[in-house]
Amino acid sequence: MRLSIDNVTKVFPGPVTAVDDISFGIAEGELVALLGESGCGKTTTLKMINRLIDPTAGRIVLDGTDVSSIEPAILRRMIGYAFQGVGLFPHMTIAENIGVTPKLLAWGAQRIDARVDDLLDLVHLPPDEFRHRFPRELSGGQRQRIGFARALAAGPAIMLLDEPFGALDPLTRDRLQQDFKDIHTQLNLTTVLVTHDMTEALLMADRIIVMQHGKIVQDGTPDDLVNRPADDYVAELMSTPKRQADQLDTIMHDPIGNAP
Amino acid sequence: MTANLQERLAELPAYLGGHLLLSLSALFIGILISLPLGIYAARSERLGGTIVNVAALIQTIPSMALLALMVPILGGTIGFGPAFVALTLYSILPVLRNTVTGLQEVDPDMTEAARGVGMTDRQRLWQVELPLAAPVIIAGVRTATVWVVGIATLSTPVGAESLGNYIFSGLQTRNWLSVIFGCVFAALLAIILDQLVRLLEKSAQDRNRRLGVMAGAGLIIIFVGGIAPSLIETFTRQQAVASFSSQRPSGGPGTQPAGLQGQTVRVGAKTFTEQFILADVIATRLQEDGAIVENLQNLGSTIVFDALRNNTIDVYVDYTGTIWATIMGREDPVERTAMFIEMAAYLRKEHNILTLGRLGFENAYGFAMRRDRAEELGIRSISDLQTHGNSLVIGGDPEFFGRNEWIRVRDAYGLNALGTRSMDSTFMYGAVRDRNVDVITAYTTDGRITAFDLVILSDERQAFPPYDAIVLLSPDGAKIPGLIKSLTPLLNKISDTLMREANKHVDLDGRTPKQAAAFLSSKISQQTD
Repeated sequence: MRLSIDNVTKVFPGPVTAVDDISFGIAEGELVALLGESGCGKTTTLKMINRLIDPTAGRIVLDGTDVSSIEPAILRRMIGYAFQGVGLFPHMTIAENIGVTPKLLAWGAQRIDARVDDLLDLVHLPPDEFRHRFPRELSGGQRQRIGFARALAAGPAIMLLDEPFGALDPLTRDRLQQDFKDIHTQLNLTTVLVTHDMTEALLMADRIIVMQHGKIVQDGTPDDLVNRPADDYVAELMSTPKRQADQLDTIMHDPIGNAP
Repeated sequence: MTANLQERLAELPAYLGGHLLLSLSALFIGILISLPLGIYAARSERLGGTIVNVAALIQTIPSMALLALMVPILGGTIGFGPAFVALTLYSILPVLRNTVTGLQEVDPDMTEAARGVGMTDRQRLWQVELPLAAPVIIAGVRTATVWVVGIATLSTPVGAESLGNYIFSGLQTRNWLSVIFGCVFAALLAIILDQLVRLLEKSAQDRNRRLGVMAGAGLIIIFVGGIAPSLIETFTRQQAVASFSSQRPSGGPGTQPAGLQGQTVRVGAKTFTEQFILADVIATRLQEDGAIVENLQNLGSTIVFDALRNNTIDVYVDYTGTIWATIMGREDPVERTAMFIEMAAYLRKEHNILTLGRLGFENAYGFAMRRDRAEELGIRSISDLQTHGNSLVIGGDPEFFGRNEWIRVRDAYGLNALGTRSMDSTFMYGAVRDRNVDVITAYTTDGRITAFDLVILSDERQAFPPYDAIVLLSPDGAKIPGLIKSLTPLLNKISDTLMREANKHVDLDGRTPKQAAAFLSSKISQQTD
């Protein structure tokens, strides 16, 4: 197991129990989706992995080490993190944004430059064109590509993605989802993806963990969820993509457009 | 007019240099304090609010009052010190407030990204939050710059040299050229400094190193260029003193040199024409005997006395009645000479201040009215005012209505029903002439009394104490060899008429205090010959 979540609970002041005694593991090379409605505890779970939030109880073990024993800033340099807001630094060039973690790790300038160029190639943005530009000159999709490049820069042990495709238009989203899936396979990454979009989870993830009220309702493959939903809630979650798939299927087979 | 212009231009290096040194050092220290304080305040929400509120509270104190308050707070020191502290306090709020807002308004996504990529708190502050808050912080620096350069003009009454000296002495002596000089140069300075800081900000935003270097160089050139003349002057002065004392034979007491060669004497003056003229008469006298004179003009009435007591100045002219009431806290009326003797003994005993002697004239307070108005109402003495009580308005300088004399006169003649209106002493003569007020608390040596055909109401109950002009020496000043000898020829040489004549030269004939002082000095030496 690359990552292991053991009986983790998070109680916020209030008190509100956001995550209630959950456990799961992620193997190397897996892409696991944490899925659920807002407030189900999926983002809190993700942020406990890189210690943006510390758990109230339980253990999180990364490559055999309890993350609570690692200084947060040091831990985060070993973990790639991309989120919906992207958070590119507007006063830094694209190259500086991508190279920020390697620089914190005191890599040499030449090594950083070479790494930045490799990563720009990887996310399909020509280095010569983009290296010296500023975030404000980029489109939303291009920015999230840079966000991925920055998360990947220091060769992280694990990638954490918090709804990274949420703010993009459908076409850009689709292309970026596909590109990330390719990168994931190509680099043999281990990834946790937080999403509320069942279609996205089904298309991208090897495994889907469905959460509700801070608890895990089902932990299984897309096939498990489609064919063997654990309860009514999961079945209901599956109904939207199923209905959409049926409708699409009909339209595709009736190009004249007189479907009911 | 050209003499006036030349005199003003000659003052420029000292005033501009003083202004720059004062405002830029206050700004620099202010930023040094408020930036770290702002960073701290932005991070700790509970203390943050308190810090910003305290700074805002300081800002609400009127600048003139804050400046004046610094004098007693700093144990009676006048000059650069109190002005510097007050201006530093003023410069804190804009920078502090903008640092706090700038940091708190940083997009939460930026903060999350900075943490996510593995920055420590310190790295996040320096690499992300401060660069992003910089435009807001620099806007605060620009506000502080404009404020401090402006408020520095108010530091004249606490004895700090600045462009305000033009404005204060210009207002007192009705020298509008001087007032305009002060305003224009202060405004220019504020605009130039503001624009240089703006360039500095732009250079940081565009990452234009050349622009940054140019703006920085501009600031340094202005600062160095502004203060260099006064620094050079101080330096050469010290050289002169040093070379003089090395040349001076270390002989016995019998060989003590005549005159004041190489001695520095600081001459103080309050904020009105007569004081400027007398300070210049004294300065000229001392310079003739070889002294190096430093002028500290436009000092507030009690500030100047504190300055003398603390040896910040060596000599100035005060008035017996003023000391009697404000320093000794006495209210009882005493005969003119008896008051002088008792006051001199008191100053010597309590403050170790030497009363050198009387200049000869008396500048008392007196109630003055237009002659036609006084005749129309049948008013000849102060007691006649009572009969017209609530229909009359009396104008006077703010200092007067705070003095015991006023309370005493008011009670002695039952003037409670009289309306009072505070105004600058420069304007009160015009105000009574133009019938804006009925009575004013005139200075009896003012040239405008005869010129505007005003009458002084008789004081048959002797409620106003006598106001003999006296020369006072500080404890250290009295020990300066040759100082007493140099100033003694001035004593008992200036009559009421002569002083009124000299004041009229400035207040009505548009001459400078220097020119009036030259006239007065020549009259004094004629009497000696």
